Amino acid sequence: MTKTLRQVGIDLQESEDNRALIEAIEGDNPDLTIRHLPGLIKLQAPGQIVINRQSVEAKLGREWETGEFQLAIVSYAGNFSEWDDDQIIVNWEH
Amino acid sequence: MTTVQPRAKKLPLKERYSLLTRDLDWEPSYVSRERLYPYTSYEGIKIHDWDGWTDPFRLTVDAYYKYQAEKDKRLYAVLDSFAQSQGHLSLSDASYLNAIKIFIQGVTPLEYAAHRHFAFLARYLEGPAPRFAALCQSVDELRHAQTQIHTISNYNKYYGGFHSWSKMHDRVWYLSVPKSLFDDAMTAGPFEFLISISFSFEYLLTNLLFVPFMSGASFNGDLPTMTFGFSAQSDESRHMTLGLEAIKFLLEQDEDNVPIIQDWIDKWFWRAYRMSALVAGMMDYMLPKPVMSWREAFELYFEDQMLGGLFPDLDFYGIKPPRHVDLAIGEKDHLGHQVYKILHNFSFAAAFTTSTPTDEHMAWLSEQYPSTFDRHYRPTWEKHRRIEAAGGRAFFQGLPQLCQVCQVPMAFTEPSDPTRISFRHSEYRGETFHTCSDGCKWIFDREPEKYVQAWLPVHQIYQGNCGGPTVPDVLNWYGIKEGDNGEYRGSADNTSWLEWHK
Repeated sequence: MTKTLRQVGIDLQESEDNRALIEAIEGDNPDLTIRHLPGLIKLQAPGQIVINRQSVEAKLGREWETGEFQLAIVSYAGNFSEWDDDQIIVNWEH
Repeated sequence: MTTVQPRAKKLPLKERYSLLTRDLDWEPSYVSRERLYPYTSYEGIKIHDWDGWTDPFRLTVDAYYKYQAEKDKRLYAVLDSFAQSQGHLSLSDASYLNAIKIFIQGVTPLEYAAHRHFAFLARYLEGPAPRFAALCQSVDELRHAQTQIHTISNYNKYYGGFHSWSKMHDRVWYLSVPKSLFDDAMTAGPFEFLISISFSFEYLLTNLLFVPFMSGASFNGDLPTMTFGFSAQSDESRHMTLGLEAIKFLLEQDEDNVPIIQDWIDKWFWRAYRMSALVAGMMDYMLPKPVMSWREAFELYFEDQMLGGLFPDLDFYGIKPPRHVDLAIGEKDHLGHQVYKILHNFSFAAAFTTSTPTDEHMAWLSEQYPSTFDRHYRPTWEKHRRIEAAGGRAFFQGLPQLCQVCQVPMAFTEPSDPTRISFRHSEYRGETFHTCSDGCKWIFDREPEKYVQAWLPVHQIYQGNCGGPTVPDVLNWYGIKEGDNGEYRGSADNTSWLEWHK
């Protein structure tokens, strides 16, 4: 099955807590585009967006559970194809 | 010297999820499955394996309460500091609050309705995974209703129009638009409800409704609304996931489900889209500092993300983009203007105020709508300007015809001609029923026996069911007080605002 490159997106609240998270996502997703809207940040990338626990912890300087992502997210476009202890992946399946 | 603590040992997320949802389920022994779950067969949907449903968030009850408590803690800290610092004085303008009045009157009661119906699904869906997801959503929706009431109650101390939102939701003409949509969904079967509210409303359209709304709150100095909005939206992401999981699950279970689902998507896209017209008017006209036009939000959140991203994914299952989506795209340059004209004409009978846009606002609208604003809508506003310069204020002194399906006054125009009002009608049991568009007519003709029962506010007034025959009688029955309604300039809110900012 060929992988789709259609845009996926995640909208996050713009807050002090989320800055490290956004930096980690930027680092792990080189094709990411970022748009600022009042109060929120819209992240988009072709194909998929990956969030790695280890990258977030490195930026944050503390332990971080993938479940904490629920406190940051405002909206998304795509499908959570993976959500375990180490990684969250948003992509389109077909 | 610091010592590195090893991570506390715990079960992996997937295992924890499976133990705390599926493994807590049991097979009934002294009643039949059919008696335990009586509502999951009559809609024609075929399910072979309820365990095919998993929640991608893998949310468990302990994690749910932990994160929800944290969300509430953050929200109430903001509410307190806003109230303590007289934050309402730093809004962009008191007229901004008209959007929030429509929100508490129109949307908060829907959160409560959703709470009720997801509690029903949490009892009656057959699989433990969707039951638990529905239970979380039910508790979420109650939290949304409560946090919205708490947040907005602070404004009720200083401004009009916030006092009887619950009663108004049941009675007032423009609020029958959102109310009837939810009534329609709640009187459908459980699977249709999932496609209507979880998929068509939550996944397809809530981004378009809520995200620009909350960004607008942020831009206009309304920190508490922005905060409850984003707090609710973080739950909303889970609700979107439930909607997407529901549709994929139903499509994967049996090929015979595909045409049923397509039919529901066709109906509910248009139903939910028509209700969102109120948001179009709000985004284009009601924010003193506008943040994004309806057209731009529609392109970004619906055309790019849903038509460009989601529907190619659903094509795999044989699902096509919703019927009548071309009409929605075709009217994106008109919708906000036409809706605000209705609100502006009828705000003498509303629990909010309106006013003719300023020069600066019209310049923004021209920029956002280069192909339509100057040609079709600016002349109307300039006419209002002339009337107002002479000391008048034009309101429409009659009752509008309402669409039998969406219940919006019939003021939308023909797709091919923005100068002609679009009227459709159908005959049923020897009576004529009017609809505003091909989308609403199609929905009516599909289930006329349902829509002939609509509680249409205008008909109800004429039938004598709304407090009496005169405008003051009806306003009194609505709970609208002098000063809640009409023109913003010179209104009670405007007067206090100017007084506080001398």
